[in-house]
Amino acid sequence: MSTSVVRRVGLALLGPVAAIAVALAISAVVLAISGHDPWSTYTTMAEYGSRLQSIISILNRSVPFYFSALAVALGFKMGLFNIGVEGQYRLAAVVAAAAGAAVTLPAPLHVLFIVIVAMAVGGAWGAIPGVLKVTRGVNEVISTIMLNAISTGVAAYLLAAHFKQQNAPGDLIIKTKEIPKSGWFPSLNPVLEAVGIDIPSGSELQGFLVIAALAGALFYFLVWRTRFGFDLRASGINPLAAKASGVNPNRMIITTMALSGAIAGLVGMSTLLGFFHRYTVDFPTGLGFTGIAIALLGRNHPAGIAFGAFLFAFLDRSAQVLDLEGIPKEIVVIMQGTIILSIVVAYEVVHRLRETQERKDVAAATEGPGSPLTTEGAAV
Amino acid sequence: MTATTPAVPSGPASPADLDASTGARGARDQLTRLLILLVGAVLILAIARVITDTDELTRSGTFSAALRLAVPIGLIGLGAIYAERSGVVNIGLEGMMILGTWFGGWAGWQFGPWWGVALGILGGAIGGLVHAVATVTFGVDHIISGVAINILAGGVARYLSVITFDPTSGGGASQSPPIKGGIDEIDLPFLAGGNVFGWDTPDIFGWLERRRWFLLSDLGGLLRGITSELSWLTLIAIALVPLSYWFLWKTGTGLQLRSVGEHPAAAESLGVRVYRMKYLGVITSGAFAGLAGAFLVVEFAGIYREGQTGGRGFIGLATMIFGNWRPIGVAAGAGLFGFADALQLRNDATVHAMLLAVVLGMAVFAAISLRRGNRTQFVAAVVLGALFLVWYLASDTVPRQFVFFTPHLTTLLVLGLARRKSRMPAADGVVYRKGEAT
Repeated sequence: MSTSVVRRVGLALLGPVAAIAVALAISAVVLAISGHDPWSTYTTMAEYGSRLQSIISILNRSVPFYFSALAVALGFKMGLFNIGVEGQYRLAAVVAAAAGAAVTLPAPLHVLFIVIVAMAVGGAWGAIPGVLKVTRGVNEVISTIMLNAISTGVAAYLLAAHFKQQNAPGDLIIKTKEIPKSGWFPSLNPVLEAVGIDIPSGSELQGFLVIAALAGALFYFLVWRTRFGFDLRASGINPLAAKASGVNPNRMIITTMALSGAIAGLVGMSTLLGFFHRYTVDFPTGLGFTGIAIALLGRNHPAGIAFGAFLFAFLDRSAQVLDLEGIPKEIVVIMQGTIILSIVVAYEVVHRLRETQERKDVAAATEGPGSPLTTEGAAV
Repeated sequence: MTATTPAVPSGPASPADLDASTGARGARDQLTRLLILLVGAVLILAIARVITDTDELTRSGTFSAALRLAVPIGLIGLGAIYAERSGVVNIGLEGMMILGTWFGGWAGWQFGPWWGVALGILGGAIGGLVHAVATVTFGVDHIISGVAINILAGGVARYLSVITFDPTSGGGASQSPPIKGGIDEIDLPFLAGGNVFGWDTPDIFGWLERRRWFLLSDLGGLLRGITSELSWLTLIAIALVPLSYWFLWKTGTGLQLRSVGEHPAAAESLGVRVYRMKYLGVITSGAFAGLAGAFLVVEFAGIYREGQTGGRGFIGLATMIFGNWRPIGVAAGAGLFGFADALQLRNDATVHAMLLAVVLGMAVFAAISLRRGNRTQFVAAVVLGALFLVWYLASDTVPRQFVFFTPHLTTLLVLGLARRKSRMPAADGVVYRKGEAT
């Protein structure tokens, strides 16, 4: 039996490893065609990406990715595509920033208040496609994409017409008022210093990393250890069977979309509470789409997603050095795109390999060689 | 994959669905309905024009802009029909459209507009090929592959821009240098004053439009809008609607392609090469998306610009759902979304007057729902109509940020309110593996 366990783990790892290898190979071809040495590009990226300053930056960058991917993964778990994370987190961030700047509260409550506002806005916005799907049969892929465009407009309108800070003359950047210090999330620098890590000046490890780790644990518990999680996964694998066993599909769809939106509301929080302390037009965009990729890469599991988030954060960070070397840093976007495409293909191929293997195993265990089952299994 | 596709093949499709003759009757019915819809829409706009006193609402310029913006959306919708009729959901159309804009911009800058069109089509088709390899050969979930292609296409376009576009002539990481020249435009003779062998024919629709007669002049504005200043590329795009209908419903290959989307196992047992048909459908859809992208470059901006597609690939996909997986339905939906998209080119007063038109439209829709006895629809229409009425009465202008998402909001409202009698291909979105027919 132990050999089959080894084989299983091997097959599970084969997917991501093969996908990354394929992505590296394709990117190497692209680099070579455009006249750059792939090997030196990769080593430059690896060297730059493994500096202490880069590692701190990678950890910070991975936090929004992580929440975004968790939000997408929750939907995936029951066969729902929440492509609307992009719109959900942006709207949540702008409203939470304005709300946070408008109130005065003692420190922990202030942070909590901002986070709850963000989750509520994201959740409400996320629930809309759920309601539309249940009541009107509108496919959530289309509706969430439309809602992304709408939320971009609504966020821009809210910022420009209602939440805007009166700027000093000459300051043209549209932004909300700054959140008071009580609403800032503390950094992890003191902790790092306490364990003897010398932090480069200007670097700051954001404390929201801890919240992300907690969220990952909570996600695992919710999906794999609760009744709700069981219903969720059952609905994803076989909606009809789940319904027959007493799951209310409509309520599941709306709850899941709202919950997914609430997690999406946290995407902008590390940046808002730990870095900008306000919403500006410079607020990062596109995190929702990256989240889809990372959720796929991590197979919707919190640990896998963590790996995916670090990988994408590493690629983003190490791309920064490429421009100095005269290599277009956009090669990283191609790498990320190919990783996603090859990962889904690799998982499918591995899945088929496993199916064939299982059939062979079953045939060998039941009939022995030469049985009809074996030939059928081999034919696929 | 963990994500399951909602569609489950529900046994063999009824033979009537595959029969070409019902297709023809359906098409005629749809054409009639389309005409009624069009006149009704113009009537509503005419009433809104008179009440709000904004002539621009039904000027030929408004409809002309709507047509030009309807073309890319309609092309995507048509392309989506090819893919989904062969059973492959293609949400990667947005990415294929991005490839179309990039290749269109590059070739347009290098060699001229028609080369831009040709290479735009090719770029989109390559995107379609990738989607076909992933979904048909490797059996990857259609939506996941599509999402991946959208992300990949953005990266490819940006990388290619950095390495090819020359900064000295106005290019860069996010845009191409201007393309060489444009595509000729014509006015249709006798209808919109077109020129025949040097003789200026009468401009009948223009004459009608200038009278400012209620409804008749508004219709004149519509007709002149869609017959004047037509580029050859627009004419080709319009011709693709009947051509697609003819190909899919009147030829043997079209029948084979559709049969694969309805019941691949049955089709295979009859000797149809399922994979080949699916490849044909998906690559064609990519080519249409590429053409749509090239159209944006050649007819609008005159350059490739990052983010130029603006989600039109998805709106086009929604148009196909709205159009019930049929070319004529897609044409109708594209007209509506094109009109909504064209609002961003109009002045504030016209946009504000549109609110009243929406109120009137909702009133009509509510009346129809009531007659059909559909209470949910009725309530939804009344509530939405009331909200828009309050908005209209309480404001003087619509914020510019809202105008930007009008087509998206329209898409959402239309999909939410439309009848749910749509019928998608039975095996749409279902991964089929060769040999399942045994």
